Amino acid sequence: MTPEILIRLSLAVLLLPFFGFLMLIFFGRRFSRQGDWLATSALFICLALSLVVMFYKLTAFTEPISFNFQWIDFGNVPFFGPLQVYLGLTIDNLSTIMMVVVCVVSAFVHLFSIGYMHGDVRYSRYFAYLGLFTFSMLVIVLTNNFFTMYVGWELVGLCSYLLIGHWYEKKSASDAAVKAFIVNRIGDIGMFTGIMILYFTFRTFGFSEIFNAIQAGNLPYGSEAWLTAAGVLIFCGAIGKSAQFPLHVWLPDAMEGPTPVSALIHAATMVAAGVYLIARTFPMMTADALVSIAYIGAITAFISATIAIAQNDIKKVLAYSTISQLGYMVMGLGVGAYTAGFFHLVTHAMFKAGLFLGSGSVIHAMHHALHYQGDHHTDPQDIRNMGGLKGKLKITFATFLMYTLAISGVPFTSGFLSKDEILAGTLAFGGLTGHYLIPIVGFLVAGLTAFYMFRLVILTFMGEHKDSHRLEHVHESPTVMTIPLIVFAILSFFAFYSFNPFGASSGWFYHVMERPTSVVPLSVAAANIETFEEALHHAHLPAMALSLIVAGFGILIAFATYKWKKINADALADRFKGVYNFLLNKWYFDEIYGAIVVGGTHVFTRMLRWFDNTIIDGIVNGTASWTKAVVFGYTEHRKETRISALAFMLVGLFVSLLVAVWAGQWFWSTQMSVGSMFGAIIMAILFGGLTFFFFWSGAGGFDKYVVDGLVNGVAYFSGFFGILFRKLQTGRVQTYIVFVVLGVMVFFFVFR
Amino acid sequence: MDVGLTHYLIISAILFSLGIYGVVTRRNAIMVLMGIELILNSANINFIAFSRYGGMQLDGQAIAVFVIILAAAEAAIALAIVLNIYQRFNTVNVDDVSKLKE
Amino acid sequence: MNFYDTIFYFFAFVTLVSAAIVVFSKNIIYSAFSLLFTFFGVAGIYVLLNADFIAVAQLLIYVGGILVLLLFGVMLTNKVVSVEMKTGTLQTIPASIIVAMTAGALCGVFYMTDWKIVRSVPQMTTTANSLGEMFMTTYLLPFEVASVVLLVALVGAAMIARRDRAIQNLKPKI
Repeated sequence: MTPEILIRLSLAVLLLPFFGFLMLIFFGRRFSRQGDWLATSALFICLALSLVVMFYKLTAFTEPISFNFQWIDFGNVPFFGPLQVYLGLTIDNLSTIMMVVVCVVSAFVHLFSIGYMHGDVRYSRYFAYLGLFTFSMLVIVLTNNFFTMYVGWELVGLCSYLLIGHWYEKKSASDAAVKAFIVNRIGDIGMFTGIMILYFTFRTFGFSEIFNAIQAGNLPYGSEAWLTAAGVLIFCGAIGKSAQFPLHVWLPDAMEGPTPVSALIHAATMVAAGVYLIARTFPMMTADALVSIAYIGAITAFISATIAIAQNDIKKVLAYSTISQLGYMVMGLGVGAYTAGFFHLVTHAMFKAGLFLGSGSVIHAMHHALHYQGDHHTDPQDIRNMGGLKGKLKITFATFLMYTLAISGVPFTSGFLSKDEILAGTLAFGGLTGHYLIPIVGFLVAGLTAFYMFRLVILTFMGEHKDSHRLEHVHESPTVMTIPLIVFAILSFFAFYSFNPFGASSGWFYHVMERPTSVVPLSVAAANIETFEEALHHAHLPAMALSLIVAGFGILIAFATYKWKKINADALADRFKGVYNFLLNKWYFDEIYGAIVVGGTHVFTRMLRWFDNTIIDGIVNGTASWTKAVVFGYTEHRKETRISALAFMLVGLFVSLLVAVWAGQWFWSTQMSVGSMFGAIIMAILFGGLTFFFFWSGAGGFDKYVVDGLVNGVAYFSGFFGILFRKLQTGRVQTYIVFVVLGVMVFFFVFR
Repeated sequence: MDVGLTHYLIISAILFSLGIYGVVTRRNAIMVLMGIELILNSANINFIAFSRYGGMQLDGQAIAVFVIILAAAEAAIALAIVLNIYQRFNTVNVDDVSKLKE
Repeated sequence: MNFYDTIFYFFAFVTLVSAAIVVFSKNIIYSAFSLLFTFFGVAGIYVLLNADFIAVAQLLIYVGGILVLLLFGVMLTNKVVSVEMKTGTLQTIPASIIVAMTAGALCGVFYMTDWKIVRSVPQMTTTANSLGEMFMTTYLLPFEVASVVLLVALVGAAMIARRDRAIQNLKPKI
């Protein structure tokens, strides 16, 4: 195994989904079964290859493997300097693990989709877009520079647009697709600006080159503030893609897409891209940037966790839980718990993909049951219409419960390991810097998560079903859909990440994913690794205990409320109606954005309209009116223009005077003789009078008298000769002969 | 004086002038044709006179034969046209047939 | 005045007088018949000019062909039985002046010009042989073209002179 082989295998992993996309988008309908086997098998090959790459990279190579080539050479660009763009791959521990995660989730989502999307109108196109989505994500994962990362970034945005709007006949679906696209653009502008700051400073897009330059003491525009700004701006891209606090509004709407797509977006591709970006650029983040990242993550986690409590749509609950967990990851990375944050990304990818696929299975079953009953009004995604499904959907229930335990942070699950590490990190961070709000939010959210996730499980699977008749028609999903569920459930087990169920730091993951050394100047750097590890060590046990208590408390309340009915949820909602509605309406984010952005745009456009109507149109119309006035002259201008007669005549008088003075000066001779003075005055009066006459009669006068006179004169002239010659043209040939003979005679007598 | 080239030429000139007069003054199309025949004959006299007195042996006579041939062709075509005009307008007066004038 | 001159003046007189009648006569039948005498006189002049073949051809073609054709034209285009065969004239005065000028100018030129005369001895043999040889050698191409012209004129005249219906059928449909 040489690095070259690893690079080739990675390229194969990268390009296989793209190949599948090309085949399916062009020839999809010609394949048997519309080519789903092609896309799915391509992804499973990718999975196998990526596992091989990861295994060899983690065991055999300690140093990152890089592959670079010059993509384009613009030569020496004026005002800029040499401009070359290099592209390349980087294969380090981070990218290989992420690659495996992407391939695992994508492959099983493909498999699941075969069952879920069966009989869809755009079946092959759906699989084509899935392939493109995977390819785009792999571009982000494997690239070694900002340039290709940005390309992949936009490709991911495009694919999310295509897939969220897969059922574009539905208005809400196409709206959600547009919303996702536009909201992501806002974040991307920030990321683009950040990349440009870095590029104009370092003249390269490569990650390692930029990091090395920063380490060598080069800062953007020589200022640490600019470095912080670049870090925060690049994080803006992550805010958009990972649905962090101000830009999180697109993700719940993205539930309009097919459920497997939601699984893919939420677990491995789209939202993971943002976290991956932070992990990738972690070394260049200053302490200030990291703190802002941590706060954004904490705010996001808290807001979305509270919203998730009040939602009734099974996918909406999961969507907000995703945002919340992403907030966790971002927060973890922000506080410096780099490994924990990325670890949570990996574990969360597994159980969140499972959760979504499980909910897909539930919706599938509900949809079929409702369809069988001929009921098209009941929402198959509303958990209030479910309940008691555990007897019918045994595999789905078992796996779903496993994921829920994992996301709630119950011991012996992967979620417990990663979440516990993040919470310990926040606690350590609070201890080191005094930002105690972050760990408080972290623990609060852990409790909320456990609560709403168990609320979801209890309402969906336990209790009594509303309509026993309907329940009879609920059937377990086909095998292609249950296999992915089982696989993800197994992958949510602790043993895959660490053999110690209470300490991830002893597992293989922590050994291969060490926090990279910060490259920023010491004065603005976050706490270094040793200090942080020390604090982390102390914070570990209290964090674990606290998180266990909080999670257990959340689960307990959920059971008390929805299972044993000790607490009446409806009465509580009535009593705190304001809070409930506030949460149900998602903190009114959409409404606020509507008011600010849409209303602001309205105000702005009204201002522009006023400007356009008054100033621009005024200038244009004024020009036209004055031109018309000059053309028509005073005599006719009343009926043709809208300029007052007085104004027009004043201007005419003024211009005439100017011309008179100019003419007088022109003819003013140097000798001050009386005659020359007299002549100059006469010329001045003449020119001024002519100009005034011009204004009086207008340019139309010139047209009327001179040009028309010439034309009519020519016409009269030819008419006169026409009448004259008409007398000679009798039409009799014999007369012409007479003239011919006469002419011959004339010539004869002239030339004899 | 002896009859010579000049006599023949003067006869041809008078005949030509008469032909011109006929062509110019007569209203009947057939009379115009007759005038044209006179002109052609005067030309022929010229050719043959020069052939006799101008040192050319028989070239003038050959040309005269061609003139006669063309005269025959011309007369045939012209009379056909005149007949056609007569069918169309019921007259052969050239100044009545002036549809093309306006 | 030798015999040759006498005959010349006779033929000249016949030719010019009959030509004048052709031109000045009001009656178209008179004009046509005096044209016969004009052609006859011209034929005589041809004989005097040693062009016997042309003279015979003149009589055959003009008198036997063209004149008959013209007479047919006269008969077909005038109502012989009803009205008088007279035809009007126009612009006689300017025409007379012009023609007089022309005649005067031509005669003056012919008379005053000092012609370089090559007086060859009149041959008493027929010219038909030599003419025939010339048509078959020097003037072969014009001769053939002339025959084609005659053929085309024949066909064209027949087509043009046909009745209206046939012509209208030839018109393109609009």
